[in-house]
Amino acid sequence: MSSVRVLVGTKKGAFILTADGKRENWTVTGPHFAGWEMYHLKGSPVDPNRIFASQTSGWFGQIIQRSDDGGKTWTTPGGEPMPDPTGMPSGQSNNFTYEGGVGTHKWYDGTQHPWEFKRVWHLEPSLNDPDIVFAGAEDAAIFKSVNGGKSWQEMPSLRQAKGDLWQPGAGGMAVHTIIQDPKNLDRIYIAISAAGAFRTDDGGKTWKPINKGLKSQYELPDPDAEVGHCVHRIAIHPSRPDVLFMQKHWDVMRSDNSGELWHEVSGNLPSDFGFPIDVHAHEPETIYVVPIKSDSEHYPPEGKLRVYRSRTGGNEWEALTNGLPQKDCYVNVLRDAMAVDSLDSCGIYFGTTGGQVYCSPDGGDTWKPIVRDLPAVLSVEVQTLP
Amino acid sequence: MIIRVALPFHLRTLARVEGEVSLDVAEPVTVAAVIDALEARYPALQGTIRDHGTLKRRPFIRFFACKEDLSLEPPDTQLPEAILNGTEPFLIVGAMAGG
Repeated sequence: MSSVRVLVGTKKGAFILTADGKRENWTVTGPHFAGWEMYHLKGSPVDPNRIFASQTSGWFGQIIQRSDDGGKTWTTPGGEPMPDPTGMPSGQSNNFTYEGGVGTHKWYDGTQHPWEFKRVWHLEPSLNDPDIVFAGAEDAAIFKSVNGGKSWQEMPSLRQAKGDLWQPGAGGMAVHTIIQDPKNLDRIYIAISAAGAFRTDDGGKTWKPINKGLKSQYELPDPDAEVGHCVHRIAIHPSRPDVLFMQKHWDVMRSDNSGELWHEVSGNLPSDFGFPIDVHAHEPETIYVVPIKSDSEHYPPEGKLRVYRSRTGGNEWEALTNGLPQKDCYVNVLRDAMAVDSLDSCGIYFGTTGGQVYCSPDGGDTWKPIVRDLPAVLSVEVQTLP
Repeated sequence: MIIRVALPFHLRTLARVEGEVSLDVAEPVTVAAVIDALEARYPALQGTIRDHGTLKRRPFIRFFACKEDLSLEPPDTQLPEAILNGTEPFLIVGAMAGG
């Protein structure tokens, strides 16, 4: 019988939640890396027992962890204790160094500011090689490892896509979304707050902004600027990688041509501000968002936690409330904290800053908390296991 | 020369050690030489105490020896006799969380 493994990153450690295909009875392990900020964990699609994790700390910086047994044990790739340091390889798995001249980006006050590595927000294992993994970093850059996370090299041409004009938002300036096109592995989409969306068609040699159609009239002096938009999340369905869905700072957007042009599909949402967006595993036109009241009030409108589902690829939305708190709820759902499984009845998952992780085993019709009292949830990923 | 080093909790966890660690450090025994030996013995600690590239101490990390704060001293500062003869450990300390 199939099963699911939910990988949860929180402000104070990582947790792994497992259940069989019914998704009723859950086993919880953790905290793994107790006390550390776990920005993101994600398993390799090629080898599901290989899981990469981004572990960070204001004190000690960035750590990359890897498990090769489904999260039971972990290692810092290449960083194992050395009985004799003489001649042994040095661990470089924590070393994220920008290539070449560091360069500058726009600072909050409009002046230029040097790039400074802070942390890895997102890890995206390759679709076809368990040793390849991409890392989305703050300050915004994409790094690639070809040896299972032992060492990392920046793909520096991303920052040449008008990087001098990128400017951090209040949450920093990070590559938080990395999407590989399953039909064309040379094509990768990434998104940066607050620079926008970008695409490479040549495996990362060159990148171009794909922000035409986005409008940020309250955030940018030029609302139609080529870069500078605060993209919160992008999602695709693997069967239709040219169709992109975006939750922007404000506005839910859609592109039907690989990001060449976007149009708004916010429709009847109670608020078009939010962070995550995801696509049903078997219905490419069914998408999910969690409306948040505003950019200054990061909680659900009216204190009601509602996931909104559109079965028409946007514009027409229905509130999903069965099992979710409908009063006095003031949590947030962060951009990397929603995921879907690929069981026959598609499961939808999301985590909150209040420490709840909810699961809907029926595509959003009904919800139950798997756990209620974790630290603030930063990320949720799910693996569907045979 | 064997030097005792005390690490903060999270770095002990990362290095998978309990209590103090003992390191064989080549003379002259300086702050930098101790960190070099520590990182060589426990590569997972590279980048956690000082920056990979610049080797600058991370802002929330402090170095102490014999109740003296050596954090702002040059990396080639030699450690006192009590550290060299093992009477005292070299302390690597994280800033206190919270307020």
